[in-house]
Amino acid sequence: MSLYDQLGGEAAVNAAVDIFYRKVLQDDRISRFFDGVDMAKQAAKQKAFLTMAFGGPNNYTGEDMRRGHAHLVAQGLNDSHFDAVVENLAATLKELGVSDELIGQVAAVAETTRNDVLGK
Amino acid sequence: MPKVIYGGQALEREEDQSVLDCLLAAGVDAPYSCRSGTCQTCMMRAVSGEVPERAQAGLKDVYAAQNYFLPCVCYPEGDLEITDPGDVGKLPAEVTSVESLGGGDILGIRLKPLTPLDYRAGQFIRFFKDEHLARNYSLASVPALDDELSLHVRKVPGGLMTGWLFDHLKTGDTVTITEAAGDCLYVSGKPEQNLLLIGTGTGLAPLYGIIRDALYNSHRGEIRLYHGSVTPEGLYLDAALRELAQQHPNFHYIPCVSGDNVPANARSGMVLDGVFADLPKLNGWRVFLCGHPEMVKSGTRKAFFAGASMNEIHADAFT
Ligand SMILES: Cc1cc2nc3c(=O)[nH]c(=O)nc-3n(C[C@H](O)[C@H](O)[C@H](O)COP(=O)(O)OP(=O)(O)OC[C@H]3O[C@@H](n4cnc5c(N)ncnc54)[C@H](O)[C@@H]3O)c2cc1C
Ligand code: HEM
Ligand code: FES
Repeated sequence: MSLYDQLGGEAAVNAAVDIFYRKVLQDDRISRFFDGVDMAKQAAKQKAFLTMAFGGPNNYTGEDMRRGHAHLVAQGLNDSHFDAVVENLAATLKELGVSDELIGQVAAVAETTRNDVLGK
Repeated sequence: MPKVIYGGQALEREEDQSVLDCLLAAGVDAPYSCRSGTCQTCMMRAVSGEVPERAQAGLKDVYAAQNYFLPCVCYPEGDLEITDPGDVGKLPAEVTSVESLGGGDILGIRLKPLTPLDYRAGQFIRFFKDEHLARNYSLASVPALDDELSLHVRKVPGGLMTGWLFDHLKTGDTVTITEAAGDCLYVSGKPEQNLLLIGTGTGLAPLYGIIRDALYNSHRGEIRLYHGSVTPEGLYLDAALRELAQQHPNFHYIPCVSGDNVPANARSGMVLDGVFADLPKLNGWRVFLCGHPEMVKSGTRKAFFAGASMNEIHADAFT
């Protein structure tokens, strides 16, 4: 069974999205990157992010990730912000009762995007 | 071959081709990002034809109810006619009454569309003074209950449109408006859910429509309206709302006045302070916010942090 299915698929993404997005907006280290955007539209993008991190179906390429975060890199996005996002992601899953083992797998999936997200 | 009809053109679509890919293949500059039905960047609206359920998965129910869908995961059985989400037509309407509301600086305008207009309570139209000047105004009327459209317009000092509306608009005039747009509206199907409506100034207009629409649909959950105004005159529907609250025990009207002159039967202070003092937890609530942009922005955040799901917060900032 894939990681995405083990986590519970789309239902897991739906359960996680509000919790995760609340954490991100309340995290002073990274909230500024999400300022000034339409919150409702952002929520859908957060789902895209979670689907990807959960190893779910998506058609994003590394190039898409580069392009999608380039304006944030220009605003100073770096490794510490990336780590903060992964931390919020892990805390969200913990809250939902996901095992440490699966949380580790999710973090590993996120890790594969680091260079692209940070434009390295 | 099934067709996609877009911008008056019929495009041939392969069975295994998504509507998005069909548009892109035809050279349409359609927006997209994830191509897997999550990011909602590609959202469009179906005008005619059957939208498969899968192409609406994850959309806010207010979008699904208006036939919005995600072209990147849409493989319709038959022909599908679609438009860009913001694409709305124009129509003429006759002004049937113009009156002052609350004795202050708010105008109630009633309009009769001269060609049929489909709309949902809480949506807004664009109102044209002439070719160059147009502004958005929300609908306070309910299609099932009212024959005419009703608008509430607050006078903005030095405002181009409102200056003209207050000084020149009169009964009998014919004006141009657009079809209705917007997703701040009531969707039936969860009659037990609690509804929280927060408005400042004429942000009350769409909320008044939404409340009457919900009550008309026999909504049973609690419906709490907080209306904020600087002055007591700004509580321009006070009498009507008190009467509505008498008739419907599940409807509560809480007027809030932020200026000095607070009437005995209103709360003192800013509307959001009143809301979150009463309702620190909003898990499971559906929330509507309309009016002052700063209030809407800060209220949206607060409602979300108080536990409301992002999918169940609907807002129109009167920018
Ligand atoms: C979705 C939507 C729905 C709306 N619904 C309504 C409605 O139901 N009723 C209603 O009265 N208005 C509503 N508005 C606001 C309306 O569209 C106009 O912006 C408003 O009437 C001012 O237009 P104007 O041409 O008179 O002012 P403008 O000539 O555009 O502005 C004059 C000056 O006033 C400032 N200003 C503009 N708007 C405001 C404001 N609201 N408060 C304080 N200062 C302002 C401007 O920055 C400018 O300096 C809505 C706006 C949106 C986006
Ligand atoms: C951990 C790895 C990450 C992945 C897999 C990821 C993935 C994504 C995806 C899929 C989108 C949606 C793109 C779209 O469809 O438009 C997105 C958007 C976004 N991401 Fe990330 N992201 C990551 C890290 C980060 C970090 C560290 C930040 C900032 C602290 C960030 C901030 C944003 C913002 C602000 C958007 C929205 C951009 C917009 O609205 O245009 N992301 N991300
Ligand atoms: S492109 Fe993301 S939902 Fe269609």
